[in-house]
Amino acid sequence: MATSQLQSTFQGTRDLPRWVSPLMLVGFFLTSFFLQSALASGADSVEINLVPVAVFGLLGYAVTLYVLSRIVEGVRKATDRLVTTLVSTAFALALIPLISLAYTVVTNGVARFDMEFFTFSMRNVVGEGGGALHAIVGTLEITGIATLISVPVGILAAIYLIEYGRGTIARLVTFFVDVMTGVPSIVAGLFAYALFVIFFGPGVRMGLGGAIALSVLMIPVVIRATEEMLKIVPNELREAAYALGVPKWLTVLKVVLPTALAGIATGVMIAIARVIGETAPLLLIAGFTASMNYNPFDERMMTLPVFVYTSYANQGVDMQAYVDRAWAGALTLMIIVMVLNLVARLISKYFSPKG
Amino acid sequence: MNNILKLGALAAASTLVLAGCAANEAAVEETTSATTDTTETVVELTGTLNGSGASSMAAGQEAWIAAFQTANPGVTVNYDPTGSGTGRKQFMEGATSFTGSDSYWKEEELGGEFPSCAAGTLPWEFPIWISPIAVIFNLDGVSSLNMDGATVAGIFAGEITKWNDAAIAAANPGVSLPDLTITAVHRSDESGTSKNFTDYLGAVAPDVWTVGAIEAWPAEYGGEGAQGTSGVVSAVSGGNGTIGYADASRAGDLGTVAVKVGSDYVAYSAEAAAAVVDASPLVEGRESYDLATKIDRNTTASGAYPIVLVSYLMGCNDYADDAQAELVRAWASFLVSEEGQQAAAASAGNAPISAGLRAKAQAIIDAIK
Amino acid sequence: MTDVKPKAVRRLGDIVFANLTFLAGISILLTLATVAAFLFAQSVPAFTGEPIEAAENGFWAYVFPFIFGTVYASVIALAIATPLAIGIALYISHFANRRFSQILGYAVDLLAAIPSVVYGLWGILVLAPFLTPSYRWLNENLGWVPVFGGQVSATGRTMLTVGIVLAIMVLPIMAALIREVFLQTPRLHEEAALALGATRWEMIKMAVLPFGRPGIISAAMLGLGRALGETMAVAMVLSPAAVISFDMLTSTNSNTIAANIALQFPEAGGNYTNLLIATGLVLFGITMVVNMIARWVISRRAEFSGAN
Repeated sequence: MATSQLQSTFQGTRDLPRWVSPLMLVGFFLTSFFLQSALASGADSVEINLVPVAVFGLLGYAVTLYVLSRIVEGVRKATDRLVTTLVSTAFALALIPLISLAYTVVTNGVARFDMEFFTFSMRNVVGEGGGALHAIVGTLEITGIATLISVPVGILAAIYLIEYGRGTIARLVTFFVDVMTGVPSIVAGLFAYALFVIFFGPGVRMGLGGAIALSVLMIPVVIRATEEMLKIVPNELREAAYALGVPKWLTVLKVVLPTALAGIATGVMIAIARVIGETAPLLLIAGFTASMNYNPFDERMMTLPVFVYTSYANQGVDMQAYVDRAWAGALTLMIIVMVLNLVARLISKYFSPKG
Repeated sequence: MNNILKLGALAAASTLVLAGCAANEAAVEETTSATTDTTETVVELTGTLNGSGASSMAAGQEAWIAAFQTANPGVTVNYDPTGSGTGRKQFMEGATSFTGSDSYWKEEELGGEFPSCAAGTLPWEFPIWISPIAVIFNLDGVSSLNMDGATVAGIFAGEITKWNDAAIAAANPGVSLPDLTITAVHRSDESGTSKNFTDYLGAVAPDVWTVGAIEAWPAEYGGEGAQGTSGVVSAVSGGNGTIGYADASRAGDLGTVAVKVGSDYVAYSAEAAAAVVDASPLVEGRESYDLATKIDRNTTASGAYPIVLVSYLMGCNDYADDAQAELVRAWASFLVSEEGQQAAAASAGNAPISAGLRAKAQAIIDAIK
Repeated sequence: MTDVKPKAVRRLGDIVFANLTFLAGISILLTLATVAAFLFAQSVPAFTGEPIEAAENGFWAYVFPFIFGTVYASVIALAIATPLAIGIALYISHFANRRFSQILGYAVDLLAAIPSVVYGLWGILVLAPFLTPSYRWLNENLGWVPVFGGQVSATGRTMLTVGIVLAIMVLPIMAALIREVFLQTPRLHEEAALALGATRWEMIKMAVLPFGRPGIISAAMLGLGRALGETMAVAMVLSPAAVISFDMLTSTNSNTIAANIALQFPEAGGNYTNLLIATGLVLFGITMVVNMIARWVISRRAEFSGAN
């Protein structure tokens, strides 16, 4: 512990022993728990509410640790400990619902997560059984087309904003990209429907329309994420390229983009994740069917979110079969995104400049 | 840029791998050519039939479609459970060939155009789906309660606020009711279920329920809103001291209310629901092919359960497209057949329409051109 | 500032590429203009056509409670989500060990994909019943605080629950974006701060946060965009009424615009559809106003960017 001695000499204070903080944490939670149960046994309700237990336990821990550290280690260390507590708490607090959600989806989803789910459609299936192959294919095709539209447009627009755009038009585009992030998904669906009605007549349903609606939602997310990543590519890199006589467009393509690639890949993943679970617009324009349809340019196309929604909303007598299918559909969506995420990470790992 | 190309190739490849055929969907061409017709069916039906409308009958449509497509492998029927309003609108836009709707055609709608039908012809309609609406509640230790219409109306209008209210206690001697606040759950989306339920309340207790049949809940009546039948069922089962109304097939383990008809208390059942429809008069001033029915909520017919939702099947008398006419004739005939009605009831828990109604509907169907 | 910008040689490739990116930028404006034009055209009949039963007191009386509900729910969501997202991002980028943090980051990303229907289901089935006792406690002990007053809901399907569900929904997206920005903090800045004897918090305060501020605001805007427009989860979780109420714990809550559209659209006929689309246009307008305010906030601080 030479460093800690060195530090304490410099600061003229001592460090708290390492075991103090975890011990206190456990101590305060136990105290809070027993206090609550003591209070609860006084009242007529027997069950103990864990929310106040956590709140008071944590509050006691944070305050005492701060005071103790302030006396022993000084103000700066005490603040550091307080912030560490806060950040870790924020993290834990956020993880609880997320874990609960993931747990709910996985435990409910595995009931129907079988071969039949991935090899069957819902055509001629009543009650139990059946699968979501038609919805999986539909989701992959529609989201795939939306990605093919959004990623080039989004990245090019972000490059325009960061590398080229000056003046009124650039400011307008920046502003309206922000506005576009606020387009409600149902409005995007209405828009796609209204657009396709012009060409194909009323009652039109096709996968392509869904892809257009999703693109409207996806493009601003791609732009915003790409913009953020391009902004933090150091200017020195660009200057070095220019100094070597590299044209600007090649500088952007060969230097700036690869440097930002990992971040952009994450951004695209976020964008896909953002739209792959959209229900409302697809319900309007891609429609509902129980049968397979590989052709995004003709007729109704089922998608996983719509599958989940309709399975939940229109249950038959054998309710459990419908609910199980809904959860399995949600789990499938999560796994699709997991796979895509892995691919994005591999891409950024293999194609990013090393160092 | 080649990175992006690789990404695209990868995406394309993964789509191809997944794009196998669904195991339960045999290629249609093979099946039809291989089948030797043993029945006297002369024409093999082929084509796609699109419909949309009430989500209340979505589970029934699912059963019908499955059975119909099995019998006619060349046909694909799609039913979008978009809601009755959208369903009728889409039919009037010519987007669909048939519609399921929780309410019959409005007069002003019949004055409009119907592009699916031959010019100048009007659509038919008849009840295809009768579904009792159960008043469900969640109260520890109580599985069934008796109430008259005024009590139910009082609860949903926010006038009766405690479970041990005298009006409830009087109708349920021997049941111990707690001093607990009643949380009345209603539909937050506009729905035929709300409309039929409030139609009942307005008819039996006009002094208490003053707003009549409504789809959107009036804010002054308070209570809790929940989306869809599933939402109401979730809200009622999630709370204690909650009461709501939902399609009877979804009542599950929740307690249900038997309502007063005449001098008896009647619990919901398929027979009781079909009985009230037969006892109700048709809407006056309609054509012979329009079986719009005005449900008699004040019925005193013994064993009739007056809180029912009646959904109609709607289509053209004369289709602009003859191929569609043929498909709709076969499809609608199947729906009104005893076999079709039983298939839906087994899968969705609704009440089959009576034999008399089936005969009248079949006559309309036979006239489709 | 502007004249130090390095100039590169311009060639054919430059001109083609620059125009390509310009086209992409313009296409955004075109798309939005089309969306807005369509919304506007479809809204007009709501005002010119025959009166609609649902909006008998005029359009603004109809839409105002929804405007309030939309903004209120989103503000609650953002107030909860922003500090948590920063916390998650900081924890993953600067507190947890590297391997652990990668797994965590990965897990958080996955949650962004869960369809809103599932968030809605989880909200009704898991979160609302779990929070109901706490709501009762808050109502009994802190009922004098205006937002906690009123008749507490028996099912927990309240404005606060919606705010929390929305916060959880936007959290993964915000955290992922903020984390990505925090990870890009120049290593030298961080090491310099530490070498000067700064504690971890002081280093974060001096090097990481100033660097990440535009990223945080940008992430908050994305989160707000999603919260304002979220449809299915709100429609499923909230117990709505056409009122304006600040109470967070009752069954009577102001609905949001998007949820109201989703709830009423299927059964809407005639002019009512146009009325609902008009409320969609209002939502569109709200996001514009919010964005203008956010832009103004950002522009008051000197923007920090590697590219200018």
